[in-house]
Amino acid sequence: MDIFIDQFFNIDIMRKSLPLLFKGLWMTLQLCSAVILLGLIGGLFVALGNMSERRWLRWISIGYTDLFRALPPLVLLIFIYAGLPFAGINISPFAAVVIAFLLNNSSYYAEVYRAGLISVAKGQWEAAESTGLSPAQTLIHVVLPQAVRNVLPDLLSNTVEVVKLTSLASVISLSELLYNAGMARSVTYNASPLVLAALFYLVLLWPLVRLVSHFQRRLAA
Amino acid sequence: MTAMERFLETFFNPTVMAKYTPDIIAGIWVTLTIAAAVIVAGIAAGLALACLRSYGIRVLNFFIICYADIFRALPPLVVILILYFGFPSIGIQLSGPMVLFIVLAATLAAFAEEIFWAGFSSVEKGQWEAGIATGLGFTRTLAYVALPQAVRLAIPPLVNRVLAITKMTALGSAIGVSEILSSATTAQSFSGSATPLTMSVVAYLVIFLPMVVIARWLESRTAWKKR
Repeated sequence: MDIFIDQFFNIDIMRKSLPLLFKGLWMTLQLCSAVILLGLIGGLFVALGNMSERRWLRWISIGYTDLFRALPPLVLLIFIYAGLPFAGINISPFAAVVIAFLLNNSSYYAEVYRAGLISVAKGQWEAAESTGLSPAQTLIHVVLPQAVRNVLPDLLSNTVEVVKLTSLASVISLSELLYNAGMARSVTYNASPLVLAALFYLVLLWPLVRLVSHFQRRLAA
Repeated sequence: MTAMERFLETFFNPTVMAKYTPDIIAGIWVTLTIAAAVIVAGIAAGLALACLRSYGIRVLNFFIICYADIFRALPPLVVILILYFGFPSIGIQLSGPMVLFIVLAATLAAFAEEIFWAGFSSVEKGQWEAGIATGLGFTRTLAYVALPQAVRLAIPPLVNRVLAITKMTALGSAIGVSEILSSATTAQSFSGSATPLTMSVVAYLVIFLPMVVIARWLESRTAWKKR
């Protein structure tokens, strides 16, 4: 038991690795805000393409979502980070992560938006446009608020997945939370920094996971 | 050499492809084996937990809910690293594939439990009461009345979740499991060519694209009666 506590819950080592982990947490938060924001915006455009009346646009956006939902995000990340330099394109780890996860997230967000947009009755579009609103105004002021409200739990649970996804950036040595914890582990030969990182993720995400469950239960009732 | 030729040479080099195809195929085999084990174990465990939860034993439910919450909140890679690097020092030596299997199955179980539980919750109370009133007892009502309905509701979200988690077998490359991605990165550093990476992308698409399309179809089929 002692050896277990020493290996996983060593307070001394945790305290020493705390500054490094906070630095990593800051990077993780930056990554999250970039990736979530871009994913939410990109996903909306893909979803609109998905519901377009032009067939070619529909096919392209369905192909896009299916392609990037079929590829594991880590494969996409490695392909962009390790593959593109062969084509003479050198990018920073941060940019590689943002691009790879944007492609991945926007596909998932697009599917959520699509479900939301479908849930808004067609009459809403017609009514809004007949009052003289342009299609863009109708979308922003009338349809989107309702669509988002209808799929809020799914948007939220997708966002939880995005935050968890950022831990993959450690594989290409971007010094975010998990990477720094791994560094601390390899210096101390002790898993406590990793456990501490896990606790950080729990503090960050447990409330969101609870919220998702809460929303889902309310929708079911 | 034109730009196009150089592009093909870098990403679709036939010699490199021929040389590393056996490695990639071996990787596909590893990926599929672990994925199959994860799916079976994860769904079975998730279903068992959801059934247990429906008995309404307070202490037990507290632990089930905590387990499901924690494994839905933690990034799998963190748990993988803790098991892989931490456990040997307390005398538990787990192989890379074993760690990958345990963590992904545990993650899938957490999500599956929530999905099946949502299915159970949507079965009307009157059906439970009717089942028990006809003398079936709680366990048989659970098995014959509630379960079939819960499973039917659970299938579309479950398929999506299973897909997302089987794709995570690629995380094995971080702990030296020789699945598709790690075979490809090894081949890439040996050959000095990006072609093996392209091969891994193609391999994943061959495996997962049909599943994504099937999932889309399943969802569109059930969309009209969505909650």
